[in-house]
Amino acid sequence: MAGGIASASESAGIYKGRAGLLILPSWLIIGFFLLLPVCMMLIYSFLTKEFRGGVIWEFSLAAYDQFFFNRGLFGDEPPQIEWTYINIFWRSLWQAGLATIFCLVIGFPTAWFIATRVPRHRTIWLLLITIPYWVNLLIRTVSMKFLIRDTGPLNEFLIWLGAIGEPLHLINTNIAVQLGLFYSYLPFMVLPIYASAERYNFSLSEAAADLYAGRWTILRVVILPAVKPGIIAGSILVFVPSLGAFLAPDLLGGAKTFMIGSLIEEQFKGNAGNWPFGAATSMILLSIVMTVLIFYARSQTRREAR
Amino acid sequence: MLQKTQDATVAVDIENVTKNYGTFTALSRVSLDIRDNEFFTLLGPSGCGKTTLLRSIAGFEEISDGAIRLYGEDIAGLPPHQRPVNTVFQQYALFPHMTVMQNVLFGLQRLRKPKVEAEARCAEVLELVQLSAFAGRYPNQLSGGQQQRVALARALAPKPKLLLLDEPLSALDLKLRQAVRVELKQIQQETGITFIFVTHDQEEALTMSDRIAVMSAGEVQQVGTPREVYEAPRNRFVADFIGETNLLDVSVTSVTGDQALCVLPGGREITCPAAAVVDPGPGHLSVRPERMTLTVPTDALLTGRVENHVYLGTDMQVMVRLEDDEILTLRVQNSEAVVVPTIGAEVGIALEAGAARLLAD
Repeated sequence: MAGGIASASESAGIYKGRAGLLILPSWLIIGFFLLLPVCMMLIYSFLTKEFRGGVIWEFSLAAYDQFFFNRGLFGDEPPQIEWTYINIFWRSLWQAGLATIFCLVIGFPTAWFIATRVPRHRTIWLLLITIPYWVNLLIRTVSMKFLIRDTGPLNEFLIWLGAIGEPLHLINTNIAVQLGLFYSYLPFMVLPIYASAERYNFSLSEAAADLYAGRWTILRVVILPAVKPGIIAGSILVFVPSLGAFLAPDLLGGAKTFMIGSLIEEQFKGNAGNWPFGAATSMILLSIVMTVLIFYARSQTRREAR
Repeated sequence: MLQKTQDATVAVDIENVTKNYGTFTALSRVSLDIRDNEFFTLLGPSGCGKTTLLRSIAGFEEISDGAIRLYGEDIAGLPPHQRPVNTVFQQYALFPHMTVMQNVLFGLQRLRKPKVEAEARCAEVLELVQLSAFAGRYPNQLSGGQQQRVALARALAPKPKLLLLDEPLSALDLKLRQAVRVELKQIQQETGITFIFVTHDQEEALTMSDRIAVMSAGEVQQVGTPREVYEAPRNRFVADFIGETNLLDVSVTSVTGDQALCVLPGGREITCPAAAVVDPGPGHLSVRPERMTLTVPTDALLTGRVENHVYLGTDMQVMVRLEDDEILTLRVQNSEAVVVPTIGAEVGIALEAGAARLLAD
């Protein structure tokens, strides 16, 4: 924001120059392990596939063509739009979006609850939130599968309660995938919102109540804008990995719940894969995520410049 | 005199208000009448219950017992947003994501005032606090003093029946604080709104208030005009908390009406006004340092030896050790005409008429 107090970097003085060196290791790691592989993927997506995995170094648009167009079984028919992969993307987008919304709806009250405890108890609650993360994601997802299968504890419990007559068929449905995504990424929503909520100045709520605002108005007009940075960070942290997730759709879903992550994974697995197609799919996914994030960042800076 | 007529309308009637936190009693049967259009101050040290009382009036604290009436209507059971009362918070609590104007409009919007009317009122209060040029700024682009004025404008905008101010000047530096005092008092008089002001700063209380309630340990010790609480403190706490004072151990021989006959250290007798209900026996006399003068030892009411001087610029503080080893502090004006006796000199002390006052304990 313009006209604010001078930032630390402006007033750092003699320490300013040397601080640049501190970021060097990060740059090396990001450059070597992130930027380089992304560039390799970009190049691979324009190469020709080799049948037992791998690539032939020959320029080709076949991977992108395969994604968007259908030229018949032998490739000699006029091109038609290929909906298979677009549908998979579309399904992934709304699954990830839905997971983000569920995480927000459950995560916000949770984070708020923790932030309003006495400081000593907050640590305990935060620890409880992170405990599931001590167990590997794969194991957690497999456990989920056992819990919700037709003869699993969830169905048996509900039947015992008399809530349902016969088992709910959850496994291999979108609901199961949604449950898996929600469960996997919930803490990524809770923790950033908690970080924002913890810094919230509660006298703002009092000031709003004093100025005739009821509970819902306070939440909408004062609290939500104050914790918005946490909500945005949490949404990105849930949405982006959900979009590319493959464990939950693989283990909990079936053929009808196929998501981008699984599609990409298949292209690089064993001999059946198609590396350029997998790389091209990754690039398309990357551009969607980046478009969404840039759009978000733009709207944020506009708001702040206002 | 600042004293208002007794039959003025009561704005806030606080009756036997008690607030307990577990076993701790923050307010113990507090009763106060705050009059219409009055600048009323709750003064006391931290932990005396003044802020708890203010927050109870605003509705942020639920009282354990008693009644709070605003122009006759009991508001003790209402949530904060249903009380026609606004607050200026200690740290201002301005909404950081809203401009000055949006902050000031907040209350008016909640009351569903028509847009034109609300904006006119907003312009009016911003004019009052001289911030019209800053309407589009965000709180973090303002200085502390400006933020404080936005907080005031925001609280005044909905025309509350009562304005509560919770140590609003404590975050400002000294120079600014003194300027804002005068401004605040003017705004109170211009708007005609009843102010309840909480502070621990006795100077603030004395300069701005119509009346002051001095509080300690959850109880009201004395209510009166600044002059009354300073010149006629009721008990030792009030005498000691407001201004500087000397507390002399005396023995009271007799009390007639509101006058008491006391024996001073050194054996001389003095007749002085007494705070109500003082029994004969040992007592405490309050004498303000500026109401005593140094004289020659012969025939003086009190005699002693000069123990120390402290140079204070406009004044000189002189400590005198009395015969019974008590130390008395005097303030002597720093002037060529006044000769300050050297340390160790024998001096006499004369009291101005009415300077000494017998306190209730």
